[in-house]
Amino acid sequence: MTDYSLLLSQRAKNIKPSGIRKFFSAASEMKDVISLGVGEPDFKTPWVIRKAGIASLDAGRTWYTANAGLSALQKEISLYLKRRFELAYAPENVLVTVGGSEAIDLAMRAFINPGDEVLIPEPSFVCYTPIAELCGARPVPVVTKAEDEFRLNPDALRAAITPKTKLLVFPFPNNPTGGVMRRKHLEEIAGVLKGTDIIVLSDEIYAELTYGEEGHVSISSVDGMKDRTIVVNGFSKAHAMTGWRLGYVTGPAPVMEVLNKIHQYAIMCAPTTSQYAAIEALRSCDDDVLKMAEEYNKRRRLIVMRLNEMGLSCFNPGGAFYAFPSIQSTGLSSQEFCERLLHSKKVAVVPGDAFGDSGEGFVRISYSYSIEHIKEALRRIEAFLKELRA
Amino acid sequence: MYDLLKLLEDNARYSDKELSAILGISGEEVRKKIADLEEDGILRGYKAIVDWEKTERDVVMARIELKVIPKRDRGFEELAETISGFEEVQTLYLMSGGYDLAVTVVGKSFKDIANFVAHRLAPLESVQATATHFVLRKYKDKNTLFIDPERDERGVVL
Repeated sequence: MTDYSLLLSQRAKNIKPSGIRKFFSAASEMKDVISLGVGEPDFKTPWVIRKAGIASLDAGRTWYTANAGLSALQKEISLYLKRRFELAYAPENVLVTVGGSEAIDLAMRAFINPGDEVLIPEPSFVCYTPIAELCGARPVPVVTKAEDEFRLNPDALRAAITPKTKLLVFPFPNNPTGGVMRRKHLEEIAGVLKGTDIIVLSDEIYAELTYGEEGHVSISSVDGMKDRTIVVNGFSKAHAMTGWRLGYVTGPAPVMEVLNKIHQYAIMCAPTTSQYAAIEALRSCDDDVLKMAEEYNKRRRLIVMRLNEMGLSCFNPGGAFYAFPSIQSTGLSSQEFCERLLHSKKVAVVPGDAFGDSGEGFVRISYSYSIEHIKEALRRIEAFLKELRA
Repeated sequence: MYDLLKLLEDNARYSDKELSAILGISGEEVRKKIADLEEDGILRGYKAIVDWEKTERDVVMARIELKVIPKRDRGFEELAETISGFEEVQTLYLMSGGYDLAVTVVGKSFKDIANFVAHRLAPLESVQATATHFVLRKYKDKNTLFIDPERDERGVVL
């Protein structure tokens, strides 16, 4: 038998396996488990979008598209970014990708030389560190804290910068914390980056799920930032299109040329059916997006009120669809809390340390579920806490 | 206000506290708004949605179309009031199109319904014709599914 461990790449082998996969496969095999674990919308893709996808199949549009995507879609994305976020990017500088994930991968591969440092605010979505490592970079976590409402603290950022810093991953609104960066906070970050050569990889996949009057502000729209920012966004969260695997990336023209090159060889093009559906999404679904966001907002207020009421201190998340309460008052670790909650009350939530060491002491609770479902799960969590404290 | 009504239409059993959190207004405001809406007759009631099919009790439902000669001075109102008064009647709508009144009636058996049509509706002075349609199965009522919901197929993704 071949010893594959001698053959597999050192970098691939060094990637840390996900520690919680076991936990959730156990959860999925238990009966009557109520999950608050998912990371995708509970809404179905709006009907007109599905119909547009079906129509493209009926019409037999089953070929590859241009590498960068259908030109009509590039144009719609360009219009959308202007309409919603005041971002001016020419259609030819938009690259349609297989989800935001591919866009993140491309951007890292385009910029990283071995030994470069990549700053990654933590807790955060789990893909940044392994991708950076595969590129030979040294990932450097920059901890965000509950007392800063999980924003990237400009002083913490300044302290993490070295001459080797190449990229700053900028994942706001944030999964799992729900933290957002408002304009004044973005300006502080821009101030720290001024005079450096650091590129910002702004993952704005949750942009449409930003709550409050102000709405999402892209760091690219802040003075002096556009030339150093790569904007990643997509259809998964805003348009409830996770399974269609469609995202996009835009940035300065010379950068996009390189991203396109990698994309062309690695992926060829994003799925054609999804691209036709996405054109419809951007032409006629702004209202659907707002309606879904308003639903999440209702659930958000309910869940935050209830968690605080039952003694799990929870900062008021400004975006995404997660609450990230502290469970430190229980004296349990995140993993212990989740395991005991699962076994005693059959509720599945995600331990915070799955999102980086700094997530220890927190759990991620998704509110991408019906209010009825959320209420029942919260009732069980409350009963669990009562038993714990008795 | 529409937000509040929509929520109560979805679930009349939210507590004032839950409503206040969901809507981002104070509990005091919630109570006042509900009292005003009840006062104005906008909130007409709070009732459970029952799937009798799942019980032992026999329930038969029919939808009856009525053609009516309207009264010169009171139009359809007088007849509508009379029919609304029958306790077997669940819904009553004035319709455009091929007939005038749509009546939903509930009884214990086909015979119950037949008797109701023959003895209560048909003899009414201004009723010209009736057409009775029995309900075979209820899939959705009051915006609530009467069939089992789809399984949540979403897995945990970080």
